[in-house]
Amino acid sequence: MKETKITGLGVSEGVRIGRAFVYRPIRVEDAEERRTDDPAGEALRLREAKERCLKDLEELVAHTAATLGEDKAVILKGQMSMLNDPSLYPPMEQLIESEGWSAETAVRRIVIQTAGLFESMASEYMRERASDVRDLGSRLLLHLRAREGARLSDIREEAILVADDLSPSDTVQLDKRRVLGIVTRIGGKTSHTAILAGSLGIPAVLGAGSGIDAIHSGDTLAVDGGTGDVVVHPDAGTMREYGDKMARQEEAKRRQEAFANREAVTVDGFRAEIGANIGTPQEAEGLIGIGAEGIGLYRTEFLFMSRSSMPDEDTQFRAYRSAAEAMQGRPVVIRTLDIGGDKELPYLDAEPEANPFLGYRAIRLCLGQQELLATQLRAILRASAYGNVKIMFPMISGLQEWRQAKAICEEAREALRRENVPHADKVEVGMMVEIPSAALQADRFAREVDFFSIGTNDLVQYTLAVDRMNERVADLYDYFHPAVLRLIKQVIDASNRHGKWTGMCGSMAGDPMAAPLLVGLGLHEWSMAAPSVPKIKEAISRLNAEACSALAERVLDMDTPQDVRRELKAFLAGIGGSLQS
Amino acid sequence: MLTREAVIVNESGFHIRPAQLFTEQAAKFTSKISIAVKGTNTVADGKSILGLMTLGLAKGSEIVISAEGADEQEAIDALAELVQSGFGEA
Repeated sequence: MKETKITGLGVSEGVRIGRAFVYRPIRVEDAEERRTDDPAGEALRLREAKERCLKDLEELVAHTAATLGEDKAVILKGQMSMLNDPSLYPPMEQLIESEGWSAETAVRRIVIQTAGLFESMASEYMRERASDVRDLGSRLLLHLRAREGARLSDIREEAILVADDLSPSDTVQLDKRRVLGIVTRIGGKTSHTAILAGSLGIPAVLGAGSGIDAIHSGDTLAVDGGTGDVVVHPDAGTMREYGDKMARQEEAKRRQEAFANREAVTVDGFRAEIGANIGTPQEAEGLIGIGAEGIGLYRTEFLFMSRSSMPDEDTQFRAYRSAAEAMQGRPVVIRTLDIGGDKELPYLDAEPEANPFLGYRAIRLCLGQQELLATQLRAILRASAYGNVKIMFPMISGLQEWRQAKAICEEAREALRRENVPHADKVEVGMMVEIPSAALQADRFAREVDFFSIGTNDLVQYTLAVDRMNERVADLYDYFHPAVLRLIKQVIDASNRHGKWTGMCGSMAGDPMAAPLLVGLGLHEWSMAAPSVPKIKEAISRLNAEACSALAERVLDMDTPQDVRRELKAFLAGIGGSLQS
Repeated sequence: MLTREAVIVNESGFHIRPAQLFTEQAAKFTSKISIAVKGTNTVADGKSILGLMTLGLAKGSEIVISAEGADEQEAIDALAELVQSGFGEA
């Protein structure tokens, strides 16, 4: 086979070589409606598809029980029972035999009808079971039509996942031990797939376009999640080149992993707390192993985005509790819903806005729909009984918003106390600093909050008036701009004066080049995509905090971001620090 | 035919795991098994996982289990105990 190369957006670093697993789900709605002249033949096709499907599920149950535990396996056993259920399979047979419909039509109709029963139920948990039924329908259709591509849960060997797009519910099912890399047709740098791939440390190339049509399951692929290159059928030279890149990355990783279980302390004793950002509670599992000392940002919007209706209090509580428990007493900062802007919810009717990033989003939306915020706060406070949970409000631009949000939080706490519902006595409540007005008034906020967390992505965008998705101005986007650095300093200084702490959860926190500067400014806590944790711990361990303070003082007085970068590079070269990842 | 009343005690009601455990247990008997929501006409086949789940039973729901057939006594004892035990999760 001849080598071909396609290019997309590299959104999660790392080089991998592996076999492709092409994922093309068949939705029941897509099945065609068709009459048949041969009902007996169609009934036989359906029966055979059912038998193959049961056999597959049986294997999958055994495999799941062995790897993920009995509890996960019982859900798949439930799918087997559904397939054997007197109210599912016999009606399908009947549609074929007495009404002359094709097997696909029968599956489509009965599955949609049965899923509809669940969809109309009051309990949210039961409404979600509709997706189990649909899942089963897709499995049946797959067996009826010998078409390429299978279920995500069918990835049994290490593979590079190739798909048109991955939905939030697809991405939470990803088995990170088997998915070596991800290549998709559509998707950008801020999509949930990009964020999840980054936090799971899976190299990913998104938006590769129609180039992926040339990829078939089993093809050899070489993927570079940094440059966005995907090579199909790589030749010997390419294999060598990618193999070398992989070896270099492995070596850096091994070196950094030695730091995972050490504290990040500079040579002169400055102690930095290093945490990780997560979007789903599943990502919390394994964080302690890679050295995360807490979760500095739990983005709750994924819980809201991966579904068709608002998650109720219990559903939210279970998610928050599971993250709190996974961290075994280490801090877990849960950020309340940050929706609007580029993230929309299908069940909240948002009116289109001319400037969504300056519009009705995040805390503004939550203060406009206080029921929503109150429910989320109750769920978070209930989870506080199971770990070290902290609450954080996003997009605070002024004290009036902070006070209003805090009051709703107090009401929720008071209500739980009255109802005798367990929750922690003391739960810290803080805010994101991502709007310049909040940074400029940090001294006022510091009197009232328990902590700050600086969100550099938005702070840079709002301070420099740069849309980082707009390629024509993207080069102006730079967190080393001295104006941004001054704002960061103001926030940290204000928190110090009032005995509070400041964290940082934007991408600057995960950049080793920024580490000396942030140590010099006295940042207390760093939170980043999980794979960067060992890297930043290593970077900080090489530093001298006193030298970093002097460095910070110098760069705050500089003219341009370019000057700052030059100074940082010279500083790191001076201490023999490496900038490679 | 034998009947027995029971109350759902596990936190999440008759979701997929309990429904699966119930139908597995029910399938071990030759008797016809059914579950009714107490005080209503809603009845489901005790060997149908979809039937059980679509009853929408939550914690505190009162049900009537019926068994009819050769092994009805053993069936009703085993199934009532399974429900009362909270399926090992409450």
